[in-house]
Amino acid sequence: MTDAALIAGVAFRPGTSDAEIEAAAAKAARDRRRKVLFWRWAILIVMLGGWEISARFGVIDEFFFSRPSAIWDRLVEWTLEGTSEGPLWLHLWVTMEEALTGFATGSVAGIVIGIALGRNQFLSDIFSVYIKLINSVPRVVLAPIFIMIFGLGLASKVALAFVMVFFVVFSNAFQGVREADRNLMANAQILGAKGWQLTRSVVIPSAMSWIFASLHVSFGFAIIGAIVGEFVGSRHGIGLLINIAKGTFDSAGMYAAIVVIMIVALAAEYVMTLVENRLATWRPAPLQDTH
Amino acid sequence: MPATDVSASPAVELINVSRRFLTPDGKSMTAIRDFNMSVGRGEFVAVVGPTGCGKSTTLNLVTGLARPSSGEVQLFGGPVNGIDPRIGFVFQTDALFPWRSVIDNVVAGPLFRGKPREEAYAKAREWLARVHLSGHESKYPHQLSGGMRKRVSLAQTFINEPQILLMDEPFSALDVQTRVIMHDVLLGLWSEAKASVIFVTHDLEEAIALADKVYVLTSGPATVKSVYPVDLPRPRVVSEIRYQEDFIALSRTIWDDLRDEVERSAARDETLAA
Repeated sequence: MTDAALIAGVAFRPGTSDAEIEAAAAKAARDRRRKVLFWRWAILIVMLGGWEISARFGVIDEFFFSRPSAIWDRLVEWTLEGTSEGPLWLHLWVTMEEALTGFATGSVAGIVIGIALGRNQFLSDIFSVYIKLINSVPRVVLAPIFIMIFGLGLASKVALAFVMVFFVVFSNAFQGVREADRNLMANAQILGAKGWQLTRSVVIPSAMSWIFASLHVSFGFAIIGAIVGEFVGSRHGIGLLINIAKGTFDSAGMYAAIVVIMIVALAAEYVMTLVENRLATWRPAPLQDTH
Repeated sequence: MPATDVSASPAVELINVSRRFLTPDGKSMTAIRDFNMSVGRGEFVAVVGPTGCGKSTTLNLVTGLARPSSGEVQLFGGPVNGIDPRIGFVFQTDALFPWRSVIDNVVAGPLFRGKPREEAYAKAREWLARVHLSGHESKYPHQLSGGMRKRVSLAQTFINEPQILLMDEPFSALDVQTRVIMHDVLLGLWSEAKASVIFVTHDLEEAIALADKVYVLTSGPATVKSVYPVDLPRPRVVSEIRYQEDFIALSRTIWDDLRDEVERSAARDETLAA
């Protein structure tokens, strides 16, 4: 695929064997991976180290910015002894439950309604104006309303996560259906596909890559929805921890909660990519860019 | 098919057909006008014409994906009602389902039409063998070459045993050598299946090499300018036929006719662009 000489970055003498070229290319690729890894770690260490040192020497105010070692201590304390509001796992579980339920219901609703409106011009002409209207409302302002309606428990956060997720997934599913290849549609119809067969065998698969792109983004949105809901009013959850840390001017606690969320979001992203790759074996592998 | 059908009625007949449609800015445009064409049973008809003259529109009228604005399209003496199951269509661009493996692409037609799975898959394997693709069943379209993808398309179409086969510049995206091989594959499949074919192309030599009858269309709005019977004996070997005297003579005659239309079409495009 790629010119071997380009990878190795050297010109080979005439008469160099294929094996030598391949070995050189493999070595170059290995070296490059190592270099990337080195710089990744180096940047992390410099940043955290810089933060720690400037906090200790008073360059930045520890009261506002905390320092990595304090955040680490707080994380250890939370995991081993629990937070002031009970075990960390309980809070994490509550937040995840809210985010996952909102994510699941929101994305299913988004996909179903997106495909339905994408397939039906008349319905989409009618509803598009309302969807634009509701979509223009900043989702966060709904938090107090939902808490008023659904109370301090799970339901209000799920509702918030739902509306965060729904519109992203909906608009992508809708667009994906609209972009379905007309030739493929015609081919399926001539081969004998009717109604639901056409939707299932052409429309949904071709909208799938659009839908997946939206699922990546919208899981993050589901977490935002859950946490914002918890800020505004709740008895459990990571958002509550942040809120309490804020109330006690405990900056280490706030950063520790952020770290927890970061880890969760990264793990979810990883799982999602895994699922997507499993479902999309038919797609050509991206060209490996070794430069 | 109703029993009243006269067995002598042609497979496809277009009688005084016109088709207009609305351009995106709301203007009415005529794609084809007063179009008459008749394709006998088992006959191979090629349609040539300048680019953009409405050749593809003609095919869409036969499939039932589009309706004529006036005139009538008949299949085996009956009117076209929606998409007719006796029709097969091979597209110019890739119309394979990229998310399905080769065998799942071929099996699509029979499964859509409610055949049992076992039977459909057995038949699909048989058709893949006929287009020399055994052993590639579980590959995805993107893993195949252009010529192989086209052979999958042919198997996907032929497995439904169409009585009318419509082909819209099916080989125009292939390189010249692959195209010649595909011509022989197509003629082989056609002589077994005994389908009536309408083969749209802008390649005159391809048209003459394959067809029994060549329709030359005018530049848009398209109407039939002239019809040439091709009396070259069958079975034909496409890679050799193009060097025969009578092939060359016929090709020159038709080209003289077609050239006027091509030039007129090009001149019109230039004035439009200016």
